Amino acid sequence: MRISIVFAAAALAAAPLTAGAQSAAAQWAGTCAMCHGTTGHSMGGNEPLAGMPQDELVRKFKEFRSGAKPATVMHQISKGYTDNQIEQIAAYFAAQKK
Amino acid sequence: MSRTFDRRDFLKVGGAAAALAAAGCATTGGAKGRVVVIGGGFGGATAAKYIRLWGSGIEVTLVERQTDFVSCPMSNLVYGGSRTMKDITYGYSALGRYGVQLVRDEAVAVDTSARTVKLAGGSNLPYDRLIVSPGIDFMYEQIAGYEMAMRDERVVHAWKAGPQTVALQRQLAQMRQGGVYVLAVPLAPYRCPPGPYERASQVANYFKKHNPRAKVLIVDANPDVTSKGKLFKQAWADLYPGMIEFRGNSKAVAVDARNGIVKTEVEEVKGDVLNVVPAQRAGNIAVKAGLVNANNRWCGVDWRTTESTAVKGVHVLGDATLSAPGMPKSGSMANQQAKVCAAAVVALLSDREPLSDPRIVNTCYSYVSDDEVIHVASVHELDASKKTFVAIKGAGGLSSARNTLEGKYAWSWAQNIWADTLG
Repeated sequence: MRISIVFAAAALAAAPLTAGAQSAAAQWAGTCAMCHGTTGHSMGGNEPLAGMPQDELVRKFKEFRSGAKPATVMHQISKGYTDNQIEQIAAYFAAQKK
Repeated sequence: MSRTFDRRDFLKVGGAAAALAAAGCATTGGAKGRVVVIGGGFGGATAAKYIRLWGSGIEVTLVERQTDFVSCPMSNLVYGGSRTMKDITYGYSALGRYGVQLVRDEAVAVDTSARTVKLAGGSNLPYDRLIVSPGIDFMYEQIAGYEMAMRDERVVHAWKAGPQTVALQRQLAQMRQGGVYVLAVPLAPYRCPPGPYERASQVANYFKKHNPRAKVLIVDANPDVTSKGKLFKQAWADLYPGMIEFRGNSKAVAVDARNGIVKTEVEEVKGDVLNVVPAQRAGNIAVKAGLVNANNRWCGVDWRTTESTAVKGVHVLGDATLSAPGMPKSGSMANQQAKVCAAAVVALLSDREPLSDPRIVNTCYSYVSDDEVIHVASVHELDASKKTFVAIKGAGGLSSARNTLEGKYAWSWAQNIWADTLG
């Protein structure tokens, strides 16, 4: 637990954001939770996102969007987010303990 | 609690709670206040949990009259036989880990001036912000003979998962060989647009195994299949040839259950099992609280915050709302709206502006057999000037064809949304 708190605090310190910006990232990331679990902690089946490195998540998301990565539904959902949103969603999940 | 988490699940969720509590402290900016949530479905329970995650200084009380949550999504699988009632039933106790106070009682009145909720048990709960997520109630009066037939257990809607799901399953099992199951569908909007057609698929799936000469007759008030039409019709033709008949523009207006008759605007149809789904409106407590201000049925909201357009300080979620364009009445949507609501409530109780650019996603999966699924998905953004959500063009879509991979993902979706909502 202590490690996760330190880790979260470090992530926040590294990228100082206003409360509003943090709240926006949490809301956008919250849209993923119904399939990928609260804070990306999947109950199984769909890929867990918690603790995934930011660049890996951004890359996968953009590959879904371009069609380079095969998908059942993510090729459709990924088209509903801006590049900025993807970066912030990925940063949010990267800051979550696996 | 009917489902038991194993230790691994508990640790996973515990870890999530701790991680977010840490992030939450940093994001709340000292939000304080009392929030009462009426209704522990996909909307209300999610809102209660996420307000605690994002605003740890806020007291949240969830009022729910049922002991357990029985999920409407996946409930059609009980008819097909691939899942049981136990599989779709989930306890509320896990919400306690997030500091949500659960009150097992029924909200019977809201005093929006004094800002209190009166419970059937007699007590009054004060609130700074109230969230009403009551789901639907039925407009039985639009179908002559309905309420008497339902009391006699000769007709069910089974459009709220629970005792009527069990009753319908029993009726299907007891139906004579070669009998007819009639499913009457109300005019849209109603809860879960693809739900009737998934149900028809699952009942046919059951008949195919246990009553192969039986028929499914859909009498639908809408002109055609409301959602995923081509995909459903293809599945019916391939998997259940000759078993499912669809008649559009056939609104049910009366039931004569003793004689097994459903009267529509165009004809009388006979059946052995009558599954008549009446038109719906916002749940009763929303009516009592003065929140219904659209077509005498639904609750208008400002979608940026989900605050009622009728009463300040009250937010409304889920099927009870006047849905934004292209927004289905679904569990997915209620879960997603709840996070817009939670972020807004935390912001408002912190004297911050609500988010200007929230997103919501809908993903509806329908099982057409034991393991094959079709989906419809959409992503919605806020149109701030109109205070509503609009579907993002080019995002979302349908399955290209029914498939078993999505059968696995659909069950995973259920596990994750139940846990995201309730645990």
